[in-house]
Amino acid sequence: MTNEQMGKWQTLFHPSDPCPRFPDPYLEFRMTHTDPLVTVEHLQKYYPVNQGLFAQTRHYIHAVDDLSFQIGRGESLGLVGESGCGKTTTGKLLVKLIDPTKGHIYLGSNGSQTDIAPLKGAAVKQFRRRVQMIFQDPYESMNPRLTIYDTVAEPLVVQGIGTVIEREERVAEMLALVGLTPPASFLFRFPHELSGGQRQRVAIARALVVQPKFVVADEPTSMLDVSIRTGVMHLMSNLARRLDVTYLYITHDLAVARYMCHRIAVMYLGKMVELAETEELLQHPQHPYTKALLASVPVPDPSIKRQAAEIKGGIPTPINPPAYCRFYERCLIATARCRDDAHPPLADKGNGHSVACYAV
Amino acid sequence: MTDSISTTQSLSRESGVELDLLAREERITPVPLWRVRVKLWWRSARQNAAIFADNKIGLLGLAIILLFGVMALAHPILMATVWDARTYDPITGYSFDELRQPAPPSARHLLGTDPLGRDVLSQLMYSTRNEFILGLLAALITVTIATTIGATTAYFGGVYDMIFMRVADLIIMTPAISLLIVMCALFNPDLPQLAVVIGILSGFGGTTIIIKSQALSIRVKPFIEAAKVAGGGHRHIIMTHILPNLLPFSFLYMMFGVTAAIFSEATLSFFGLLNVRMSWGIMIFTAQAAGYLLSGVEYWWLLIPAGASITLLCSAFYLVGRALDEVVNPRLRKR
Repeated sequence: MTNEQMGKWQTLFHPSDPCPRFPDPYLEFRMTHTDPLVTVEHLQKYYPVNQGLFAQTRHYIHAVDDLSFQIGRGESLGLVGESGCGKTTTGKLLVKLIDPTKGHIYLGSNGSQTDIAPLKGAAVKQFRRRVQMIFQDPYESMNPRLTIYDTVAEPLVVQGIGTVIEREERVAEMLALVGLTPPASFLFRFPHELSGGQRQRVAIARALVVQPKFVVADEPTSMLDVSIRTGVMHLMSNLARRLDVTYLYITHDLAVARYMCHRIAVMYLGKMVELAETEELLQHPQHPYTKALLASVPVPDPSIKRQAAEIKGGIPTPINPPAYCRFYERCLIATARCRDDAHPPLADKGNGHSVACYAV
Repeated sequence: MTDSISTTQSLSRESGVELDLLAREERITPVPLWRVRVKLWWRSARQNAAIFADNKIGLLGLAIILLFGVMALAHPILMATVWDARTYDPITGYSFDELRQPAPPSARHLLGTDPLGRDVLSQLMYSTRNEFILGLLAALITVTIATTIGATTAYFGGVYDMIFMRVADLIIMTPAISLLIVMCALFNPDLPQLAVVIGILSGFGGTTIIIKSQALSIRVKPFIEAAKVAGGGHRHIIMTHILPNLLPFSFLYMMFGVTAAIFSEATLSFFGLLNVRMSWGIMIFTAQAAGYLLSGVEYWWLLIPAGASITLLCSAFYLVGRALDEVVNPRLRKR
């Protein structure tokens, strides 16, 4: 089979990989029987830009602007976009590390939804058992003065789960589960004695030790060596199935998103511009920004000539953006309507494919 | 796709059983947790001691501190055994054997006598204990206040932070020595009181700002966010994550604090402002009051022992502080 026959986007991984994503036998079942675990409605996060001590704040950075989406139970949704587009802010909003300016985040399916914004005190603690986060930097996300045991057991300790012996066993089980075997030899080491991949496995164990249902993974593999990356991704998708975990997988790497995610959402300057199932999005991108993003992926084959990205200009500032389409200045297919109307809403174009664009 | 990571195999082997992968009968940790922790603590202490020992200047400082410590401990023993209280008492003694006071060093009085006929060596050794008490007490109060305020202001920020930082600015703006002189003239404090005052001034002042800046750099680390996501409250985060990373710096600034406290005490004693019966500053004050300050070469034993002791002990604590800086601040290490 030649590269042309395999199609443009098959080359995201090496052409000899027929199916880069780890095969999921339950995928069909999940995608048809899914009910939402996380529902986000009109989520906004504005950061004020201060101009002085007594000056009134007139400018806001629109980090996340009017985001609405659902994540199904057992699904993993990829959040893709360039630096500064609001991916990480969205992730932090979902785990309640920061509070939204406006909008709602509901956890749970249709029958028993809870809005996480007004949670306080003990309710937040309870919420932390259901939602966890895996951080990007395995070198900074662990206290250098705590042992691996203390790091992984921390959620159990602050939640008051189990006795000391139960916690020890639970931590050792988790370490074995993330592939740090034998666990006893890792329990009382310090983070600096571990490699990057091992640390990230510890971070995964720590996030999953309270058996959460929803995990925000903020670029968990971007700081890792390429050789270790696949192993960690493999582990994460394995654990997701085994422990029934739903991921919001934040990444800027389309190959990683393709490997890990059932659906991919593309963000641009705080707005979601396209949302579709992984292969659908990669094979038939519709939004001009997604097309440009895909065109920018390097192809590991010198015989393939890539097309130039269909985009112009640079990223505009997210401070007080205009009301019309955020992508207007950089878009090659923009019409007068794109300039006159408000930012296009995410419209369903069939086949589970939603695009925020007037021109397609 | 071939995957060489062993995880896959171990996972598939234990398929189906959720979170129950290890046989229950074998305990994961054969020894109790606290014993492991003591061992770890001991190991890191040994490593840090090795780094400290690599620094010859720090060892020199430590040796000087130990020397003064021996002096302080030896004084009561000498008074009880060899030295006769009538002759050698640092405050009320009088050397009847000398014809003229102050007498130069001799076999009887190794560092001579002062203008009032008292043994200088005895005074020097007697004062050492007070200097230690004052320096360490003041430094302890300083770092306790500074660490508490530094950690909490860095963590909470906002109005709380602003209040304490403006207080610190005020204290830094005020010249400490002149403030202490006025205060001593009004209230005539004794040593522990002075230690408290110095501790409070320095604790709410410059040291707070230094420690807060350290705490700020810890506060933005992702492990603080990770602790929040784990469900940790404010107290948990401050006690488990900020303070343990801050304490080495607190200890370091405690060393520098000792230096500052001893120096302030010497200055105040020299002006005769303290309600203290004997100290290194008072020894110089006595020489000055009797008019010997300007003939320092001829009557060197009146000035040099006390002056050198102040300089040596202050610099010793400073040197130890510098060596500790290397221990707690890996970037400064030569290797």
